[in-house]
Amino acid sequence: MTDYSSLDFSPLVEISGDEVVTHCFVRDVPLAAGRTLALVTLDNGRDHTRPNTLGPVTLLEFAATLDELTARAGRGEIHGVAVTGKPFILAAGADLTKVAEIPSLETGKLLSQLGHHALGKLDTLGVPSFVFINGLALGGGLEIGLNANYRTIDAAVPAIALPEVFLGLIPGWGGAYLLPNLIGIENALKVIIENPLKNNRTLSGADALELGIADVMFTSARFLEDSITWADGVIAGTEKVSRPNAPGKVERLVKWDVAVGVARKMLVNRIGEVAKSPYVALNLLQAAKSGTRAEGFQREDEALAGLISGDQLQASIYAFNLVQKRAKRPAGAPDKKLARPITKVGVIGAGLMASQFALLFVRRLRVPVVITDLDQARVDKGVAYIHDEIAALQTKNRISPDEANRLRALVTGTTDKSLFSDADWVIEAVFEELGVKQSVFAEIEKFVSPEAILATNTSSLSVEQIGSKLKHPERLVGFHFFNPVAVMPLIEVVNTPQTDDVTLATAMVIAGKLRKNAVITRDTPGFVVNRVLAKLLGEAMHAVDTGTPFEVVEAAVAPFGLPMTPFELLELVGLTVGAHVLDTHHAAFPDRFFESDNLHKLAEHGKILERDGKGRRTGFDKGALKIVAGGTTPMTAEQILQRVEDGLVDEIKRMLDDDVVHAAEDIDLCMILGAGWPFQMGGITPYLDRVGASERVFGGTFHTPPIRGIGAAVPAASAQN
Amino acid sequence: MAERAEVVFVDGVRTPFGRAGEKGMYWKTRADDLVVKAIIGLMERNPGVPPERIDDVAIAATTQTGDQGLTLGRTAALLAGLPKSVPGFAIDRMCAGAMTAVTTMGSSIGFGAYDLAIAGGVEHMGRHPMGFGADPNPRFLSEKLVSEDALNMGATAERIHDRFPTYTKERSDRFALRSQQKVAAAYSAGKIQPDLIPVATRSESGWGLATRDEAPRPETTMEGLATLRTPFRSHGRVTAGNASGLNDGASACLLASAATAKELGLGVKMIMTSFAFAGVEPEVMGLGPVPSTEKALRKAGLSITDIGLFELNEAFAVQVISFLDHFGIDDEDPRVNEYGGAIALGHPLASSGVRLMNQLAHQFESHPEVRYGLTAMCIGLGQGGSVIWENPHFNKKAAKR
Repeated sequence: MTDYSSLDFSPLVEISGDEVVTHCFVRDVPLAAGRTLALVTLDNGRDHTRPNTLGPVTLLEFAATLDELTARAGRGEIHGVAVTGKPFILAAGADLTKVAEIPSLETGKLLSQLGHHALGKLDTLGVPSFVFINGLALGGGLEIGLNANYRTIDAAVPAIALPEVFLGLIPGWGGAYLLPNLIGIENALKVIIENPLKNNRTLSGADALELGIADVMFTSARFLEDSITWADGVIAGTEKVSRPNAPGKVERLVKWDVAVGVARKMLVNRIGEVAKSPYVALNLLQAAKSGTRAEGFQREDEALAGLISGDQLQASIYAFNLVQKRAKRPAGAPDKKLARPITKVGVIGAGLMASQFALLFVRRLRVPVVITDLDQARVDKGVAYIHDEIAALQTKNRISPDEANRLRALVTGTTDKSLFSDADWVIEAVFEELGVKQSVFAEIEKFVSPEAILATNTSSLSVEQIGSKLKHPERLVGFHFFNPVAVMPLIEVVNTPQTDDVTLATAMVIAGKLRKNAVITRDTPGFVVNRVLAKLLGEAMHAVDTGTPFEVVEAAVAPFGLPMTPFELLELVGLTVGAHVLDTHHAAFPDRFFESDNLHKLAEHGKILERDGKGRRTGFDKGALKIVAGGTTPMTAEQILQRVEDGLVDEIKRMLDDDVVHAAEDIDLCMILGAGWPFQMGGITPYLDRVGASERVFGGTFHTPPIRGIGAAVPAASAQN
Repeated sequence: MAERAEVVFVDGVRTPFGRAGEKGMYWKTRADDLVVKAIIGLMERNPGVPPERIDDVAIAATTQTGDQGLTLGRTAALLAGLPKSVPGFAIDRMCAGAMTAVTTMGSSIGFGAYDLAIAGGVEHMGRHPMGFGADPNPRFLSEKLVSEDALNMGATAERIHDRFPTYTKERSDRFALRSQQKVAAAYSAGKIQPDLIPVATRSESGWGLATRDEAPRPETTMEGLATLRTPFRSHGRVTAGNASGLNDGASACLLASAATAKELGLGVKMIMTSFAFAGVEPEVMGLGPVPSTEKALRKAGLSITDIGLFELNEAFAVQVISFLDHFGIDDEDPRVNEYGGAIALGHPLASSGVRLMNQLAHQFESHPEVRYGLTAMCIGLGQGGSVIWENPHFNKKAAKR
């Protein structure tokens, strides 16, 4: 077994640079009967906006502190050790800011080993160890707790989780071994694998208690006092700790492998087999069934070293930073102070999309929202839909009865456009046709003030042309949502040459109030997400049209690891919409985008995939197969993959040269938030760089240096797996 | 018509008292959190009390601003997790805040409007120095309504020394020394600790746990006391050694009607007999407990000789001496402040009243020969407050021995 104390961790310290060190402060707390508890506070000296993190210097200080406490315990000076955090925060996990700078596989491995070296000491103090989980505890932060003998938790903790798999990592400071042995394999699978993949879901204090992560929970008002009293009882032997979820013999013999097998199937189904870290975690969890703690830790060292040296982790961290940081400070956004206050919203259209807008606006802005349409019947139907949705929210206890009343009273419908006169934000969601949108805005402009901001949800038309008949085109902006409106976190805010800064600033502020991430794009066909998707879908349909079987096309793009295949995506957005998107892009860029007659026929037919009663796909629809039969020049999967990769590089390069968005980062952000493209690809451009496509197409890379792991010495073509 | 009731003191707790200021243990602890922790500790000690049966929560503070403002009784009740149906309010009578909370809640119970109530107080003198941000009406001085000394508590204590030349500085120091010694002895005997609710304390060097009062100086000597400065007057008599300090702390107690206590099976530590507040000249505010005690005795139909135990707040040694002298009690009478007092323990203004009651209640248990006890304190701007309590453990046989 690895003797962690014999390792030289200086290579990690060398790259730790400006680490914000989380210090360990020790104070003695008197217990009953003259005993003493050494209470360790983790505190980086900053406020709660800069959580404690665990970098190399921090971990070495933690290890030294525990060594000293072990010596004190040996001398009988202390009878227990407890670790807690600064207000609201235990620790937010490993400091990953330097992961991109790790120079070698060995250094990467040291990162895991240092965690085991430091946190592992909580098990060898010679006296009981406790972690009082007083606040946020993520990843390595929670693993501090898992390494201790006992845990208490504050009922008010905002979030605890092991999100490593979400980031392309595994819980490698003991978590993958300790957690299943503490709370059972099924619970551990949920925490380590399922939750990170469910949009990085986190646990509450009550969840942690129920799962058995914490032994006991106390309310926040006296959390530390109660935790100390409880620890006193445990040390004195008066407090008995029971762990009903800890796995017994039967679970290990019978349940363990079965549960892992079920989880593996679920994983393959849900995310395919491209993303590595969930499977690495799964294997570690399986192995945690038997063997010693030291063996488990050593497996984690190997596993983590492999992931740290790989490409997916670097891409994931890049993606994570985009979502966490760049999304919050959108490139090119004007000063927020320019934004106009919005006190009333008008929605033109009362169809499904329009009603969804109205619901979102009234929920988030809580201002009057008036909807309109051609006739009263459509308006009534729209208002009824919104009222039903509000009632549904109330039934699910998502909003109180008072809030429901408030929202219902704010939503009105009318065919009298004069009721729009005091709206300061008017958004349309009418039929996707230039003439219709032009005349709708021209009409509403007669009623609203000259400053009222007009927003269009077009996905494929030129916003500038939509505004060409306006007296004040400077107050028109594109505001492109993704379906389903309530769920998808992206809005493309389309800035035309006429759009003024006040309008743009208002659109950005409104997007923020709707709790969406906004990316500013130029007024070019398809903006970002649809243009990139049109490239992919166009190539996929083109391959089908030339006679390539559906399954070959699906297999061809499988190495991307996308959340769904091109044909699943087409069915999701609707085949008619899909065909329309391809047509629009073909019309705009006829030499680069394919249109597909077959897709129109498939749309008329209604489906591509064959599904069982529960909606699970079982194959390809026979009618669909008949429609696309007849192509005579099928391609191989390799050919298709290269066409798609190269085509995406070409298109994205053009978009950047044309300044559709300011940087490749914004393209990636759009694809992650608007299309759910995976972190392991870094959105799209890190992937295109690492497979060599960028090099093939324009002799360079989108990112310099490319976003790759240190294992990148292997040839690009084989680095995908 | 509400039914008149007998008022009982069920239980009382407090936080350990800290020294005010940056070096004090509560510098980074909020005032409201102190009293919230006291209330939670009180409720946990009395699991037989259904929280929804609490009729009111009265919490006192002198400087009601910032973390010590916003209708403390209500906010503290919410923060302590009491049901939203339980009301609350804030009280201010300077040093006698908690005492007034007790008498007010006691009155409500006695009148029959309430069955159960929480009364307490908090003062974080580190965060809220006495009189900070106050804007006294200029008429006080222009019309000589009060002397200039009236607003400076130390100066009022010097005025008592002026009025009674036999109360020497040496006599005050000796009283102060005894207070320190008695507190040390009480701690050794475990008399203080049972009513303390530990408080987690935060500092630059991590979390700690306050389990004892921070202010006591058991190493105090007469020689040491003699060398201290007299900050209120050059060549004066009042020093930091013979006065209570500036402190942070909170207290809370549970009052009930005798019938409710019986119904819920709650212990009774004291029975309220009578109370009174009275005014004196503000510049000798320390004399206040004399008239308030006389009034309370009169209402109770008792005389000073009926009182077997005294818990007098030691704002200043000299004002306790003035009280004892008035009633002909010796400075070292063992019935007075058996566990020591505010000179050693500290005096976080509006929280002190309940500390006196906790200590009297504790002494009642070990003194079945005593039937009546007194808690009394002086109050800034020239007032005194007194509550007379009856000992439920009183035993005639013990009294005869």
